[in-house]
Amino acid sequence: MKIGVVTFPGTLDDRDAQRAVRLAGAEAVSLWHADTNLHNVDAVVLPGGFSFGDYLRCGAIAAQAPVMESIIDAANGGLPVLGICNGFQVLVESHLLPGGLIRNEHQHFICRDQKLIVENVDTAWTNGFKLDQEITIPLKNGEGGYIADTETLNRLEGEGLIAFRYSEVNPNGSVNNIAGLRNKRGNVVGLMPHPEHAVEPGFGPDTSVAMRSGIDGLTFFTSVINQLVNA
Amino acid sequence: MPKADLLDPAGKAVANALQRKGHSEVTNVRIGKRIELHYATTPTEADLQTAKQIAADFLSNGVIEDVVNVSVEN
Amino acid sequence: MSTTVDTTKDAKKSPDKAQPWKELGLKLEEYEQIKKILDRRPTSAELAMYSVMWSEHCSYKSSKMYLRQFGEKVTPEMTKNLMVGMGENAGVVDIGEGWAVTFKVESHNHPSYIEPFQGAATGVGGIVRDILTMGARPIAVMDQLRFGAVSNPDTARVVHGVVSGISFYGNCLGLPNIGGETVFDKVYQGNPLVNALSVGALRHEDLKLAKATNPGDLVILFGARTGADGIGGVSVLASETFDADGPSRRPAVQVGDPFAEKVLIECCLELYAAQVVAGIQDLGGAGLSCATSELASNGQAGMRVQLKNVLLRDESLTPEEILMSESQERMMAIVPKESLKAFVAIVEKHEVEYSVLGEVIKEPRLYINWGDEEIVNVPPRSVAHDGPVYERPVLYPTWLDQLNRDSVINNNLRRATEASELAEQLVQIVSSPNQASKSWITDQYDHYVGGNTALAMPDDSGMVRVSEETGLGVAIATDANGRYCQLDPYQGAKLALAEAYRNVASSGAVPAAVTNCLNFGSPENPEVMWQFKQATAGLADGCLELGIPVTGGNVSFYNQTGDVAIHPTPVVGVLGVIDDVARRVPSGWQDQGNNIYLLGTTRDELDGSVWAEVLHSHLGGKPPVVNLSEEKALAELLHGASLQGLVASAHDLSEGGLAQAVVESSLRFGMGARFWLNEILERDNVDLTAALFSESTGRVIVSVGREDDVKFVGLCEARGIPVLRIGVTDASNKLEIQDVATWNLSDLKQAHSSTIPELFG
Repeated sequence: MKIGVVTFPGTLDDRDAQRAVRLAGAEAVSLWHADTNLHNVDAVVLPGGFSFGDYLRCGAIAAQAPVMESIIDAANGGLPVLGICNGFQVLVESHLLPGGLIRNEHQHFICRDQKLIVENVDTAWTNGFKLDQEITIPLKNGEGGYIADTETLNRLEGEGLIAFRYSEVNPNGSVNNIAGLRNKRGNVVGLMPHPEHAVEPGFGPDTSVAMRSGIDGLTFFTSVINQLVNA
Repeated sequence: MPKADLLDPAGKAVANALQRKGHSEVTNVRIGKRIELHYATTPTEADLQTAKQIAADFLSNGVIEDVVNVSVEN
Repeated sequence: MSTTVDTTKDAKKSPDKAQPWKELGLKLEEYEQIKKILDRRPTSAELAMYSVMWSEHCSYKSSKMYLRQFGEKVTPEMTKNLMVGMGENAGVVDIGEGWAVTFKVESHNHPSYIEPFQGAATGVGGIVRDILTMGARPIAVMDQLRFGAVSNPDTARVVHGVVSGISFYGNCLGLPNIGGETVFDKVYQGNPLVNALSVGALRHEDLKLAKATNPGDLVILFGARTGADGIGGVSVLASETFDADGPSRRPAVQVGDPFAEKVLIECCLELYAAQVVAGIQDLGGAGLSCATSELASNGQAGMRVQLKNVLLRDESLTPEEILMSESQERMMAIVPKESLKAFVAIVEKHEVEYSVLGEVIKEPRLYINWGDEEIVNVPPRSVAHDGPVYERPVLYPTWLDQLNRDSVINNNLRRATEASELAEQLVQIVSSPNQASKSWITDQYDHYVGGNTALAMPDDSGMVRVSEETGLGVAIATDANGRYCQLDPYQGAKLALAEAYRNVASSGAVPAAVTNCLNFGSPENPEVMWQFKQATAGLADGCLELGIPVTGGNVSFYNQTGDVAIHPTPVVGVLGVIDDVARRVPSGWQDQGNNIYLLGTTRDELDGSVWAEVLHSHLGGKPPVVNLSEEKALAELLHGASLQGLVASAHDLSEGGLAQAVVESSLRFGMGARFWLNEILERDNVDLTAALFSESTGRVIVSVGREDDVKFVGLCEARGIPVLRIGVTDASNKLEIQDVATWNLSDLKQAHSSTIPELFG
């Protein structure tokens, strides 16, 4: 099982995403932004960071990169794609997911352990969770406010395309507390928090059991492997 | 410019700051972008049309922004 | 605009031409010295080079004679793991398993007062480049911030700018911020201190040095284009050839682009892996003049440089300005001719611009041409290493004896007599700005990126895993106390060292190396110079006693407004090694029913304390006594105990004393505890105020599982470490101190975490 992890200039969490893929049991393949070849990967992760310096708009320039042409094509054909933070922004700019992401309401970058509710378990990346499960995933961003017009929001809510919702605290003013979305087909998922930072005991969020022991993020990666294996 | 009905957090922050400074006459602030495309020779009508396309497709995100004006300046 | 350049030919022809050496900050003797070295007057470009390279900031002329101690007061045992010592961009320490780490702390104080955001941002950028230059991948950052009084309206301006700047730059680089400190004191009002630390990891064979040794190797400038950043002062030269518009446009600040630096980091690491770079230097203060002269001087060679090859952002820059520019995100590589193709392929892949400026030559001379005209012809050593060394006058401060007599006890400063008053004072202290939670600040920093952060704020040290195979890692703690140093700079420096050392040991690591950032007033003030002399001696003596070497650091002078200097504030960073980060020890307890022990002895030492400041606005007397052999024994005990897994948590005692430590340990995971202090009062013969708030050194509180009690106490007794059981943890959600009070943890949390957001949020 091979999962591609894209690196744009300014991508920061690619090595962590690769580690998450390996810990879940698949082979991580590095995909360079300027290369249209996807090297036969079975799924793709668009990791977090500040691709192209967040210039113009977050993810806007990355969405035009050669590798994205191939990924958009493949996603339309059913390839599982996970967009994390900046990766979510790239998915939105690529129109693989609807809406927009803007500056946090309170104007500051915030790094916190965020509680989320998993609202949809019928996707490539969330089938390992239970519906309405509460998970803790690190959140760290300055432009994470999800925004969409009323028509889009109604459609998203109505069709059950909200994948994750912020629980307890809305850290960035996202409408309807939306933390992550899925597409209709269920192969593309995007979210602001960082599952790749909650995959290894000792380096994830604190839990009541022990410091830094949270690994709720690993399920994202085992889910996609599970789906691909059982496909 | 950010779309009229969407929250503009940067604009809001500036508006609040102006209020604090005593400028109650300013009721709202919205912050957009000015992008300049530079050409080697004077842009033609065709160049202008292409620029409008570029503005709509790439320089702006139609979900959250409106292109207010594209024009040739000296 | 005039295009005449001042060439070496001109310099020979017009020996008596008036030059603005004074405006550029040089002394007459120094100007004469330059003429002697060159056997003619310097050209404008050479004058600019010498003026900046011989400035205090670049040449360390006032501090050099004292910094020598760090290299002299060492033993072979101490330096056996030191791969690179002082004098390079950063020190490098062997940590085992073929791994090494490089770390350093630096200041960017004055720019951060002028333009807090960019000052702090470029401070982070600068220190990270220093680490990158050693051949390492930067893996973490920390910052040590000192601002003015919270009540002063200008403080918020600086705080917001600095915190945003660090957040902006550090987060964009993808470096976790793993710790640091923030202190508010009116002495820093006009002189905020922004110190930034970075640490990087490398395999031994990847070590790079900033030297050009091989004649024929190419000199290549790559990264961002060169613009007018930071050349304010040098524009004096331009006024001779410029129209009226020119000089006033030149900014004194540098503007950073972290995206450019992130790309540069990845590009450099790939260049290193491909082994196409023979030497490398980053461009910081004094830009090109520094990089060229240092690379040549370090390699005992020379260079020929064509300045017109420098890629510019601004074509109107004069050659002098190009040489002095402090544009960020630039590196200079020495590349063997046969590696050029491979070098170019890599930089082009990363879309990084580069230009070949010249080549290394055998003759130890630096020749810089502007087109066909020679504008610089100097011996590189004279610029980079043989600058002036001052022995500034030193004077024992006239006010110090009186200040030392002005102790808490001599002033009969009132102590609480009722339990309720003591309880109030505890809350007042833990919620005071310097003692309150800084999470409003630190939540603006990414501490997850990289996936190797084992410990970060609010624990005692920042800890990062270096080897994913074995868990090998490093822990870093930084500390400083300007108040203690004002009372006694020699002891104050030792106290900072002791605290950082103790913090590293508390988290389970073995202290191995030291870096420092020495923030002081004007060296032209003999009393400040005395403070500097004392502090450096204290630090050097302390390091010798603890057996850990100074690997490098930074000096920042002139932190004063008018005649009033800041408190001497030497920031000391200690790096420790841990064989497996899984063994790390958190600063608070998570399990109920564990016993809590106080290690060390408590004395009545309130001079210079938080108690004295918060309750009495008092600074006087002498700082707490520091006993480094006791600290060493304590550290060894903590290490031994953690190896055996006996200690569930450990938190050192420092500012705010025992009260601060027990509150922090309880709030860390929200697990309550019950304490009794009578045994401390009895054994150490102190009162409740001292027991709670004294800042005696050599103390740590640890929590130990019931099953490990006997073993742990036995270990302490065997090593002669005073140990006293003073409490138990419990799931009550309360903190109880017998004979003082009981608090709800939620109330304490509220008090502790609301101060900073209320002030700055």
